[in-house]
Amino acid sequence: MDAVTYPPIERRQKGRFTVSARVLPYLLSMPALLVCIGILVPFITAVLYSLQRYNLAFPMGRRFIWFGNFVSLFRSSSFWHTVYVSLAYTVLTVGVELLLGLGIALLLWRRSLITNLLSVLLILPLMVAPAIAALMWKLMTNSNFGVLSYLVSLLGFHDFRWGASPNTALFTVVLVDVWVYTPFIAILLLAGLRGLPRQPFEAAELDGVPGTFVFFRILLPMLLPYLLTASLFRMLDSIQQFDIIYAMTQGGPGDTLLVFQVQAYLQAFTFTDVGRSSAILMVLWAITYALTTVFMKNWTRLRERAHGMA
Amino acid sequence: MSSQLLRALRIVLMVMVGLFFLFPLLWVVLMSFMTNVDILRSPPSPFFVPTLRNYLALISGHLSTSSGNVQIDYMHNLLNSVILSVCSVVVSLILGVPAAYAFARYKFRGGEDMAFTLLSFRFAPPLLVLLPLLGYFQTLHLYDTYFGLVWVYQLITLPLVLWIVRGYFEDVSEDIELAYRLDGHGWLATFFKISIPLARPGIAAAGLLSFIFAWNNFIFALILGSSDVQPVTVGALAFITASGIEYGQIAAALVLSVIPTLVLAIFTQRYLVEGLSLGAIKG
Repeated sequence: MDAVTYPPIERRQKGRFTVSARVLPYLLSMPALLVCIGILVPFITAVLYSLQRYNLAFPMGRRFIWFGNFVSLFRSSSFWHTVYVSLAYTVLTVGVELLLGLGIALLLWRRSLITNLLSVLLILPLMVAPAIAALMWKLMTNSNFGVLSYLVSLLGFHDFRWGASPNTALFTVVLVDVWVYTPFIAILLLAGLRGLPRQPFEAAELDGVPGTFVFFRILLPMLLPYLLTASLFRMLDSIQQFDIIYAMTQGGPGDTLLVFQVQAYLQAFTFTDVGRSSAILMVLWAITYALTTVFMKNWTRLRERAHGMA
Repeated sequence: MSSQLLRALRIVLMVMVGLFFLFPLLWVVLMSFMTNVDILRSPPSPFFVPTLRNYLALISGHLSTSSGNVQIDYMHNLLNSVILSVCSVVVSLILGVPAAYAFARYKFRGGEDMAFTLLSFRFAPPLLVLLPLLGYFQTLHLYDTYFGLVWVYQLITLPLVLWIVRGYFEDVSEDIELAYRLDGHGWLATFFKISIPLARPGIAAAGLLSFIFAWNNFIFALILGSSDVQPVTVGALAFITASGIEYGQIAAALVLSVIPTLVLAIFTQRYLVEGLSLGAIKG
């Protein structure tokens, strides 16, 4: 896009209320910018918190300790447990959702009455608030009356305690995440699939190219930018998941599900250790920042293609 | 023969997909019409005499528990959700649409950086800003106010509006705007008479989607408000942890909290793909 200026019009309107094209864009985006600054200030405050010994219970002991919080974090096993659980949650959710989403997108690729209906209905779980979705599954997995508890007991698992047992808690929250977000990947990939050119597939069919070759050598490479954007979107959400886990188990049982944000929440509000909590969040922020950079590159390319600029 | 088998397999798979994604919604809706006796019956059965008692109890605010009645004003949470979501969307549209136009039409210094900074908020851990904000809000008397929460909600709704609407403005040809201006109309008139109407589908989609995202938010009000301003997402959690509330009433509360977004989603279906991918993929 070129810079837009309107010299003849600017001149003709002299004397009336006019704003030059140089100032106009700043004027238009000023309000949004102010909101921006309103968020940047607390962000800087958070950075400062992470460099301080700052416990609300001992306000007198508050002082700068530079990287003290980080050093003690990296030495504590509970922090590495948090890193491990967060990564496990992210890898499991994104992995399962990607495979399942791709499968569903392929299943719904060809348009028909059923596939159209199903692709509309599929968005419903995605529209349920993650916290509410967790509560719905909590009702269904209740050990007294939950319909899912009953169904798995029919399959022979009589003591399956879902979110209440450390052995199955991760499985349970991953299941809720998969229920909510698989449609997201499926819908995005379906739009990608339906936007692909037909010629390569028609040519492959004419030449009698085997299906596996078409899938791995034609379909997947063409779909790759969509797969990347969808999975980066999901990774960024999954690594900082809070709603589903907090609503389902509050991070428990014990420390089973203490992912980054839940751990930071407990550090700040239960143990009043604001310094440590901020340090944990800074580590998370560094991870999301790196992911965002990769994401932006990919996403900008797709976006330019969608709007016909490349 | 094998193509028929394949067809059957496809249908079986589609039924399984439909079942997995719709059954939980269906079951909770059924539960919301059950009495406690129906719910606790084993094995669980979808056949029962439906009752509206759970919904009536929620609306009146008198909830029956195993140990007598309690007073929980869930309707107030519902009202909070409406206030917070509607106000957030309106503010986002007022702030976001002109900015989106600026980013789409003009190449100006710092413009792209600003647009990306705004977008990166969408991906930053919310607790990181919420923690310091809690302190600031308490000094500024914004804690536990709709105003404060609507401001923070801009973190999710503003990037959405900005990036979706920007894509629509980019698709509108500048020639139409120029032609109108050559007729002697000012910039402001052109913006309101030509640019905005042409981008209206995008503005509508961005508004509806950001409403859904605002409605579904959980963590902002959990930290920056008390039950006076908290939406249904936080209210429902308090509800389920409060001891002994009948399960049918919990189910009814969950159903009430998801109905607005589900209904809206059916209407926004056409724009959903573009909105969810922030304009990267056209549906």
